[in-house]
Amino acid sequence: MGVKAEPWQKAEIAGPKKALLILKPEVVVAMVKRAKRPILVVGHLAAEDYSGDVKMIDYAIRMSKTAGIPVVATAHTISGFIKRDFHSAACMTAMDIGNRLTDPEWKGLDRKGPHDLALFMGLPYYMEFVILAGLKSFATNLKTISLDRFYDPHATWSFPNLSVQDWNKSFEIILTKLGGK
Amino acid sequence: MLWLTRKGVNIKIKELKTDVGFVKDLELTIGRLVEEKWAEPMGPTPFPEITTLRNWDMKLLKRYKPFYLPFCDVCCLCTFGKCDLTGDKRGACGLNMAAQQSRIVLLACCIGAATHTAHARHLVEHLIEKYGGNSPIDVGGLNVDVEAPVTRLVCGIKPETLRDLEDGLDWCEGEVTHLLSATHTGQEGSNLDFESKVLHAGMVDQVGMEIADMAQISAYGFPKGDPEAPLTEIGWGIADVTKPVILVIGHNVPSAVGIIDYLTDKGMYNAVEVVGICCTAIDMTRYSSSMAKIVGPISWQLRFIRSGLPDLIVVDEQCIRADALVEAQKIKAPVIASSQKNCLGLENRTKSPAKEIISDMVEGKVPGVLILDPEKVGEVAVETVMAVAPKRNKFKIIPEIEEIIKAAQECTQCNECMRACPNNMPIPEAMKAAAKGDLNPLAEILESCVGCARCDSACPNDFPLHSFMVKAGEKSLIQEKFKIRVGRGAIQDVEIREVGGPIVLGEIPGVVALVGCANYPHGGKEVAEIAEEFAKRRYIVVATGCAAMSMAMVKDEEGKTLYEKYSGRFEAGGIINVGSCVSNPHIAGAAIKIASIFAKRKLRANYEEIADYVLNRVGAVGLAWGAMSQKAASIASGFWRLGVPVIVGPHGSKYRRMLLGRKDREEDWYVYDARTGDKVYAGPTPEHLFTAAETKEEAMVLIAKFCMRPNDTTKGRAIKLTHYIDLHKRLYGVVPDDIHLFVRNKADLPITMKDEILKVLEEKGWKETRIPDPTLLPRLIRERKGE
Repeated sequence: MGVKAEPWQKAEIAGPKKALLILKPEVVVAMVKRAKRPILVVGHLAAEDYSGDVKMIDYAIRMSKTAGIPVVATAHTISGFIKRDFHSAACMTAMDIGNRLTDPEWKGLDRKGPHDLALFMGLPYYMEFVILAGLKSFATNLKTISLDRFYDPHATWSFPNLSVQDWNKSFEIILTKLGGK
Repeated sequence: MLWLTRKGVNIKIKELKTDVGFVKDLELTIGRLVEEKWAEPMGPTPFPEITTLRNWDMKLLKRYKPFYLPFCDVCCLCTFGKCDLTGDKRGACGLNMAAQQSRIVLLACCIGAATHTAHARHLVEHLIEKYGGNSPIDVGGLNVDVEAPVTRLVCGIKPETLRDLEDGLDWCEGEVTHLLSATHTGQEGSNLDFESKVLHAGMVDQVGMEIADMAQISAYGFPKGDPEAPLTEIGWGIADVTKPVILVIGHNVPSAVGIIDYLTDKGMYNAVEVVGICCTAIDMTRYSSSMAKIVGPISWQLRFIRSGLPDLIVVDEQCIRADALVEAQKIKAPVIASSQKNCLGLENRTKSPAKEIISDMVEGKVPGVLILDPEKVGEVAVETVMAVAPKRNKFKIIPEIEEIIKAAQECTQCNECMRACPNNMPIPEAMKAAAKGDLNPLAEILESCVGCARCDSACPNDFPLHSFMVKAGEKSLIQEKFKIRVGRGAIQDVEIREVGGPIVLGEIPGVVALVGCANYPHGGKEVAEIAEEFAKRRYIVVATGCAAMSMAMVKDEEGKTLYEKYSGRFEAGGIINVGSCVSNPHIAGAAIKIASIFAKRKLRANYEEIADYVLNRVGAVGLAWGAMSQKAASIASGFWRLGVPVIVGPHGSKYRRMLLGRKDREEDWYVYDARTGDKVYAGPTPEHLFTAAETKEEAMVLIAKFCMRPNDTTKGRAIKLTHYIDLHKRLYGVVPDDIHLFVRNKADLPITMKDEILKVLEEKGWKETRIPDPTLLPRLIRERKGE
């Protein structure tokens, strides 16, 4: 596993405050377990084929079911969830969910209170980059995790740039250990 | 009635001895006196200053709040910095992150507005010099009475001659200067006031663009609102490369006109091929659809130049690659720079004899020249290309297949190219395939490539990866031969009379404007797909600039392009190429003319009322799928202030902020009923003023949704809901979960979907509401309760 905190798109420099590296998948497990009201935001790339045999959307569904995390599907990603017989995802644009997460008065998807942890996967790198930058500055009570295969410096925590194999392994560990929640 | 123009005449006399005495240092300033022929009384906001429409802006910004997306965490604009602005930090000057982001947006919009205004200024000055200041403005003959809807609305003037246009430009230049000054350290400190200024910049930009296009349509005789404007050729493969080829790139057309005129005057129009890239290409086909051809949008620059096809390149201004001269030198093609804004380090030879310049370029003594005289550019370009072409013999720098395979075998798969690519294209994988002799993956990448060549720059082995792709895709490039309708210019008044009612009542479901640059996430085909989807649904589809070009570059099974299949009239199901970037105000102008001609609202200097009308009644949406430039930012902001929502592609998220409504906040969506003064819930219509869509599917659903307006009749709303729900079901696989927000009463329900929607309404606890005569402006309430 690589350990360099280097943005995947090399000119996308962030800082001074940059994401902490997720060197062990257990970090994600701990963050999710510690969170009172996590939310998982899933972009359209999650249903595309580039993540290897297992698609990210499948991991998203397993994660949601295992840890009881509500899901927001952006763009047309909702169709991928429905095809997999997962019907509880909310449908919202990436900009809308980003905007709502900056609002401390937003009561969340279930209207029971603001979310304190947002996990992101499957958005175009640059789009997730700027949304996470917005959350870093304007949702200061929110922690964010980028679950994508590439280091996203605007998250609170992010994977480094990973091979598909290492990434898949990380997800399997996360899902196994979340099962104990 | 006479009135004084804003621009004065200034006379200075140092010393004057006369019979009556001796005068020293006399300075006298008078304005130009103009006879007032426009009967409409002056409205409330002629030549508005930067705070004149601030109240309207704040109304918009209260509903559509900024969502900031910092592209950079720091500010580095002054020597206090760099300052970290993340979180609740403030910079050394006191500015916070929200204000800094809106400040950068304002800077971008000032750049855009200044660019169009300066473009217009150079064009108008040149045309006055060539045709005279009294040359009449005529953008549509008898079919267009409201010739300058934006300028009339904003400035309160009715330009009749080229010289009259200068009054509008004077105002634009003054406002851009004020706006730009607000971005200086220690000036504006409020993010919302920055946003108000952004909207002002956009409005200025619209005036600048309208003036530019009015001037060139009038003086050059471009099509004047002609729905039957001719079809012309577009594509990489359209150039007859057996002839010397002149390539023009940019936006400001006089140099290209100079070339065409010279060829015509000398009877040489069959001797030289004149092709163009970007908006100059569009505009020169408006000048001569028979002598000029379009290669493609902005992203076609490198692929065409490196192929060695142009024998001489003429650049004017805007969106030209900064390395155009470097690339031209590689293929031994001389360059003529023809704009003060883009001199490329070349020697100014404007005053040199043409023969000397030609000789210097033909003999290779200079790589190019700067010539600031369009007529001279024409002569020099034509005579040079005739002599250079045989020497060049289409020298190219596209490698042979064997070279590509050899390089691919040396590729270390370091991924630097992919990490530099804006769209993360799998170039390393394609190189792996190329190493085995399969160039198809490289060719596939070219189809979606934005032509930036950042992959070339990133490659540690200095492989010209973009050129590899061009070679791999060469066969399909040669086949690129399409038809595009020449930019028609303004929408005719008679067309507005025909469609104004159906649009305002909602029976024509909307006007979709596909505009902007070519920074697409997956190539230009998506633009064509979106355009056809909405044309088939009987929306009115209008297009400008690179989007208008990209839409043309797709054929159906019968080999026809959209422009061959769909009407060029401003009518339901039409697909209309309005023209170049500076033609965008014809789209805004159509919305304005609906208010003015159809609804008979006063137009002159009456911005707020007309914008209120457009926001609440005219279902128009802009889509800038590949928006890239600062000009695209200012164009969009001009539409926002007018009440037209704009969607950008995913790369548009880098514009640093969105203007988003919150459909979950009922209190944000009340309007006044102008009949009674009651506040009535009108639903989130339109939901956002500016947002980025992640995919084309999302863009299509949002377009349908954003066309809904509070004023829709039940029949109109039912039609609009049908399209929204149908697209949502088809592309997302589910019924939208917010339908209840758009149904005012059961008559709004599409008959074929009634049962399905009623179920949703029941689940959501929907309550019937009434359809208002909507306005956000209390002064437009006709009868107040209790009065």
